[in-house]
Amino acid sequence: MTRRIKKTGLIFFPAFDWAISPTHPEREERLLYTQDQIFEEGLLDFDNIVEYKPGIATAADIDRTHICVPDSRAVTTDSHLISTGGAIQAARIVLDGHCDNAFALVRPPGHHAMKVVHGARGFCNVNIEAIMIDYIRRHYGPKRIAVVDTDCHHGDGTQDIFWHDPHTLFISIHQDGRTLYPGTGFHQEMGGPNALGTTINIPLPPGTSDEGFLHALNHAILPILEDFRPDLVINSAGQDNHYSDPITDMRFSAQGYAVLNEKLAPDLAVLEGGYSIEKALPYVNLGIILAMAGLDYSHVREPDYDRASLRETPDISRFVEKSSETALQLWRERATLRQKLVGRNRSMTRRKHIYYDTDGISEEQVETVLVCEDCGGMLTIDSEADTGRRIFAVIVPYQTCPRCRKAGEEAFDQADRLRYTAVYFQDKDLDLYQVK
Amino acid sequence: MIIGIDVGGTHTDAVLLKDRRLFKKVKIETRPDDLVSSLLEAADDLLAEEDGNEIERVTVSTTLATNAIIQNKTDRVAMAVSTGPGLGASQLPGFDNLYFLSGYINHRGMEVARLQPGELEEIRDDITRKGIRLAGVVGKFSSRNPLHEIQIADLLKEKVDHASLGHRMSGNLNFPRRMATAYLNAAVWPLHRHFVHDVQQFIAERGIKAPVYILKADGGTFSLAASEFSPCQTILSGPAASVMGTLHVLAPDEDAVVLDIGSTTTDIALFARGVPLLEPLGVTLGGYRTLIRGLRTRSIGIGGDSAVTLSDNGLVIGPDRKGPAAAMGGPAPTPTDAMIVSGRLAIGRREAAVQALHSLAEPLGKTVTAVAEAIFNLTCNSIAQAVRDTIEEVNRRPVYTIHELLEGKTLSPRAIYVVGGPAGIMASPIAERLSFVPHVPGYAEVANAVGAALARTTAEVTLLADTERGILTFGEEGLTMAISSDFTREEAMALAREKLRERALDIGADPVGLAVEITEDQVFPMVRDFYTTGKNIRVKAQIKPGLLFYPELGVPI
Repeated sequence: MTRRIKKTGLIFFPAFDWAISPTHPEREERLLYTQDQIFEEGLLDFDNIVEYKPGIATAADIDRTHICVPDSRAVTTDSHLISTGGAIQAARIVLDGHCDNAFALVRPPGHHAMKVVHGARGFCNVNIEAIMIDYIRRHYGPKRIAVVDTDCHHGDGTQDIFWHDPHTLFISIHQDGRTLYPGTGFHQEMGGPNALGTTINIPLPPGTSDEGFLHALNHAILPILEDFRPDLVINSAGQDNHYSDPITDMRFSAQGYAVLNEKLAPDLAVLEGGYSIEKALPYVNLGIILAMAGLDYSHVREPDYDRASLRETPDISRFVEKSSETALQLWRERATLRQKLVGRNRSMTRRKHIYYDTDGISEEQVETVLVCEDCGGMLTIDSEADTGRRIFAVIVPYQTCPRCRKAGEEAFDQADRLRYTAVYFQDKDLDLYQVK
Repeated sequence: MIIGIDVGGTHTDAVLLKDRRLFKKVKIETRPDDLVSSLLEAADDLLAEEDGNEIERVTVSTTLATNAIIQNKTDRVAMAVSTGPGLGASQLPGFDNLYFLSGYINHRGMEVARLQPGELEEIRDDITRKGIRLAGVVGKFSSRNPLHEIQIADLLKEKVDHASLGHRMSGNLNFPRRMATAYLNAAVWPLHRHFVHDVQQFIAERGIKAPVYILKADGGTFSLAASEFSPCQTILSGPAASVMGTLHVLAPDEDAVVLDIGSTTTDIALFARGVPLLEPLGVTLGGYRTLIRGLRTRSIGIGGDSAVTLSDNGLVIGPDRKGPAAAMGGPAPTPTDAMIVSGRLAIGRREAAVQALHSLAEPLGKTVTAVAEAIFNLTCNSIAQAVRDTIEEVNRRPVYTIHELLEGKTLSPRAIYVVGGPAGIMASPIAERLSFVPHVPGYAEVANAVGAALARTTAEVTLLADTERGILTFGEEGLTMAISSDFTREEAMALAREKLRERALDIGADPVGLAVEITEDQVFPMVRDFYTTGKNIRVKAQIKPGLLFYPELGVPI
């Protein structure tokens, strides 16, 4: 196969001085052996692999995406601002034309962080890809963006943030939610009334190996991407599908990850989970970087890799085929399904219970969106957490229609300050953020 | 009385320092095909009328290995490498006699796959058949565990004169660079060995009892005897000599730029808080990226004798040198001619310079004076821009901890020290463009030899302790020892200091005032299945480049 050499930007920030807690998987040591492998292979001596320093994200960057309770400073540490800054830096070097693509190999990750943030869940406080995407739109204009979340856990945070956004296609492949945290990510989770179909879930059974992942890629993800025609493809690159991962049950390999990244050809990749820090990460990251840079990765493999023992059973293959087929079918029928869902409703409401496992917080949320043909729809969120905080948020979408903006401004005006700890107004279109 | 000699490509410079003063200097033309005789001639000139018994030390910087590598005049080397999984063979540096072996050591230094004795024997026989007498032996992660390199070398030792082992070259990780370094070390080994022999003979004949040192690329020295084992460390010691020769005029703790404006190139070096910056991994020479510790110098193709040409966008300076300046009988206009025409410099035949510049003035529709001004400005602008880029490149260097990122230490020099031919003329205009303060050190014309004379011994060690495995290694020493599970970071640092001191004394350092410095010290708790199972402790210690003493300045000789 002839490959095109690409100039790949690498934002490597292992945060060697930060851990959630001393024995937590998200700890100092996590990228240590990855660093050893990258250095030993001499990857940074390749002319087409260039390392960049991360920036430091600002409160404004975070407030463009999240409603942080009580505020962004309270729910983040310096490490979050730097990993977010790393993702933003990756976007900048690609969109400014310095690199063809970029990989933010940073920690801590973000894909379980939802729109409203009361604390940390699934090792995530803020959603570093989502903040990056909003940053891209603010600084580089409207873009159709596809996020392909290849972490083993359902990217429920990213799904929540782009649930109502018809311009962002979110595809997640992950271990079946019946068998793994966070327990979501089923086919029928397809997005809100104004964006039905641009959220796509492809659950895979425990034991899925390279064949299964690449089947889902070839038979669902790539055809859907071709239809959607994104300006940018982002890989939410979790590495916990690896056969040696201690907290999941999949059988993906470093070769599989490399092939997936070569075929997906993401413009941007952002590290998510992956906690087999010795046996997987050094090889998986090497494979991803080589694949993104258009270099030969065929010699990359784990020292203990044994293809025969990792082969998936026919049952698993059938499950994967069915799951991919369902996802593709739902995508193709999205217009009809949307009519059925919306009917004559002028607004639609969903209730959510959200558990912050890392911080042990429970939240009840009522989210209401205006049904709108012209934009993502004005959104209000009433959220109460067992921290004692109850907040109300009004969100005007990027590229809003005048009607939704007006409705948002009225909703913010009318919100009863006394019933809530705080009332937030986020206008993504005008990049405004107000709290009363 | 101490002596410094720098055998450069064009000139050989030698200085004699007595009572902390520059007492005598010699400059002769180097005979490119016989560097040793140039060295000995300069030494003889310098030592005529001197009492050999008074000499305390001699340091030599030689371009011998550098030239041999650049001119491809090195010996054949068989490279035996074990790569394991990772980059493919096509992505590694290519060598003529390259043999791949099975076997793999992983990132923690554990043997994952053994060497295959059959393969080894086949390689040994092939090397013998080809009559190759030198070998480079390199394994992936060998600085974590040199087992395979040692096993390969054991099998080859009867059949070759010398084998360079990768892990001995550096404690740093970078397999392709380790390959290149071991290759170069083996390739220049016979040449350097002859050189060492000639020098030993010379000092014996002249009755010199003082220790002889060789300058390394990092601006430090090692003993003549130690240089025999790692001759590759002597490459690029020329630029290092000039940088070290400037150090004594810097204010202590100063961030500064040092420019060496030569006839073909300008070399840029940087000082952070009074210490010359080193390459993060190693120097690059003749297309080989290495793990050879060396000063970070950037070279641009602009010098006093650079040919000035015309392109669609106007004047272009360099990168070629077609000969001396037109005023000195050269074939093309140069920045030196522009300086002569504009009245900044009074050497050579001014008419020839005017005539050369005329060839540029006519197509540009400008006067000769205007073109002279334009060339001078462009030369200064280009050098100033290169200085800015070099500083920015250093400040962009990634860091891996939150602490360092937030601290955001940057290099912000305010002073520029200029040496080389046109230093006096160009220092101020270049400094002005950068808003720096210009300095032109005294005896700039022999700064290189002064640098060699004053340089002290440098060394480094890399320690990795893995308390889960109960093992500690010193990468570049090939040393592994057992440690207990409660081994601490403090113990690691103490051990690193001790080992470094030992290593430095071994290669000739003066035990008095040995300044050991810890440059890296990290501890990672190791967690497996949610339980802490050990610590991964990483310590690096060095004796940084510096001077034996600060000489008295401004003494005319």
